[in-house]
Amino acid sequence: MEHIPSPTVDLVSLAPVLVLSVFAMMVLLVDLYVKRDKTLVIFISLVGLLMTAISAFAKFDLPVHSFNDSYVVDELSVFFIMIFTLSSALAILLSIDYNKREGIRMGEYYSLILLCTVGMILLASSTDMIMIFLGIEIVSICLYVLAGIRRSDPKSNEAALKYFLLGAFATGFLLYGMTLVYGATGTTKLGLIAELIREEQIASKPLMLMGIVLLIIGFGFKVASVPFHMWAPDVYHGAPTPVTAFMAVGPKAAAFAAFFRVFAEAMPVLSPSWESLLCIVAVLSMFIGNVGAIMQTNIKRLLAYSSVSHVGYILIAVIAKNSLGSSSLVFYMLAYAFMIFGAFGIVILIGRKENEMLEIADYSGLAYKHPLMAISMSVFLLSLGGMPPLAGFVAKFYIFSAAIKEGFVTLVVLAVLNSVISFYYYLKVIVYMYMKEPEGEFQISLAPMTVFVVVIAMVGTAGLGIFPDPILYFTQH
Amino acid sequence: MESTVPLSHYLVLSTTLFVIGVLGVLVRRNAIVVFMCIEIMLNAVNISLIAFDRYMNLHTGQVFSFMVMCVAAAEVSVGLAIIISIFRNKPTVNLDEFNIMKW
Repeated sequence: MEHIPSPTVDLVSLAPVLVLSVFAMMVLLVDLYVKRDKTLVIFISLVGLLMTAISAFAKFDLPVHSFNDSYVVDELSVFFIMIFTLSSALAILLSIDYNKREGIRMGEYYSLILLCTVGMILLASSTDMIMIFLGIEIVSICLYVLAGIRRSDPKSNEAALKYFLLGAFATGFLLYGMTLVYGATGTTKLGLIAELIREEQIASKPLMLMGIVLLIIGFGFKVASVPFHMWAPDVYHGAPTPVTAFMAVGPKAAAFAAFFRVFAEAMPVLSPSWESLLCIVAVLSMFIGNVGAIMQTNIKRLLAYSSVSHVGYILIAVIAKNSLGSSSLVFYMLAYAFMIFGAFGIVILIGRKENEMLEIADYSGLAYKHPLMAISMSVFLLSLGGMPPLAGFVAKFYIFSAAIKEGFVTLVVLAVLNSVISFYYYLKVIVYMYMKEPEGEFQISLAPMTVFVVVIAMVGTAGLGIFPDPILYFTQH
Repeated sequence: MESTVPLSHYLVLSTTLFVIGVLGVLVRRNAIVVFMCIEIMLNAVNISLIAFDRYMNLHTGQVFSFMVMCVAAAEVSVGLAIIISIFRNKPTVNLDEFNIMKW
């Protein structure tokens, strides 16, 4: 009888995943013993995220390939782990006061955020299609539950159902794409696929191309690019606000990391076949995202459509597929994390119990009553639009220069035009805050943790914009 | 023993099932039926994975199909839980009635 060879196990390279999983389970256990006050649970989750960030540096001599080439620790994945732990920590900090206000008293909320982060780390570090699939599913299943965590709120229910059905539908496409690529190459390892393509030893080219198209559809759903973006506004609208901020950053960054690995690292030779398709998706995402955002009256839906247009900009980094593309991708995601958490932090601060104040008209005259809050909201929105000298500008600049280097001039011109369009709706909110009379009374209680998140986001947005060099240096080495 | 059914038959079967699943998701309005159609899509994928394995003498696809089944089971449990929690607030499973937010 033939023996199954035991795989080489390298637990040290898996350290972030293991540490975080242990902490997530610990949160679940501790939650059994604490009553209504969740401070201890929150503390454990934050410590867990900190330990994860530290354990990401357990390996030196990068890149380290382990588990029979299906898991890799390289600069890209380490940097992404930093982004994930940062965004999850900010999401948990944002939830502290929000959950108290809205009466979300479940400890598993924090555990789900941690488990979702585990999925993101796996997704950003895998170089095997099976692992990428599992990572995507861990992330998605946690997010379905998080979106519907307010069980008695019909909006939250609806968001969860729509997200679940469309997410599972997308999984089907993604899987079928992976299967066809497997059928054409005979392997699920990205490294081997890249080699086979280079040596032109693909069993069936049509099968491979069909697989690529289905993979684009599947990933397109997961990152919410046009024409697969319909779920984004509804889910962002219905989910609790900290969860919205969380899923706009972490899971999207993770899906982009996998997107980059599959397309730019494993299939660069086949790029003539997928490049033009991705260009169309990117341009449509920017355009429809921006036009959709112009028509919104709800701030969460506006930010959802704006995130669709940001997906378009980020796709340009995947299309550029050079090393500048990968470093501009991580820089963009980091800058985006600060801007989004800042903007949603303000949205949470302005809301109150019973009335979340989500209409843009609710922001009228905010500058007269709370000038500091209005100015920080303006900074975040202008940074999202790409106004120098803020983080959003530098991030866009690097993505565009990566694309110019590969000769995608038309694409970049279209992207710049779209950034100009996007200023229309970002400025609309600012006009409401500064140039309209207040409609009602603002009853803002400055919850300390939410203010703390806004301050961090502010420092990040301004800091990355004015001094981008240290982070850029880190992304490129 | 050499099998006499060629690979293309399995692929056609799998594609047909996949298309049936996709059409079902797009056409049917009952959340549970939509859900079942998604399962058909996943099982169509399993058929082609196993067929590729059989014809190329590989094993990865079989492991992959186990993973697909595990994930499908996890998805079913979460999905049904979501549908039940919705049903408590609004006793219907018709997707057209979930329209608080415009699609």
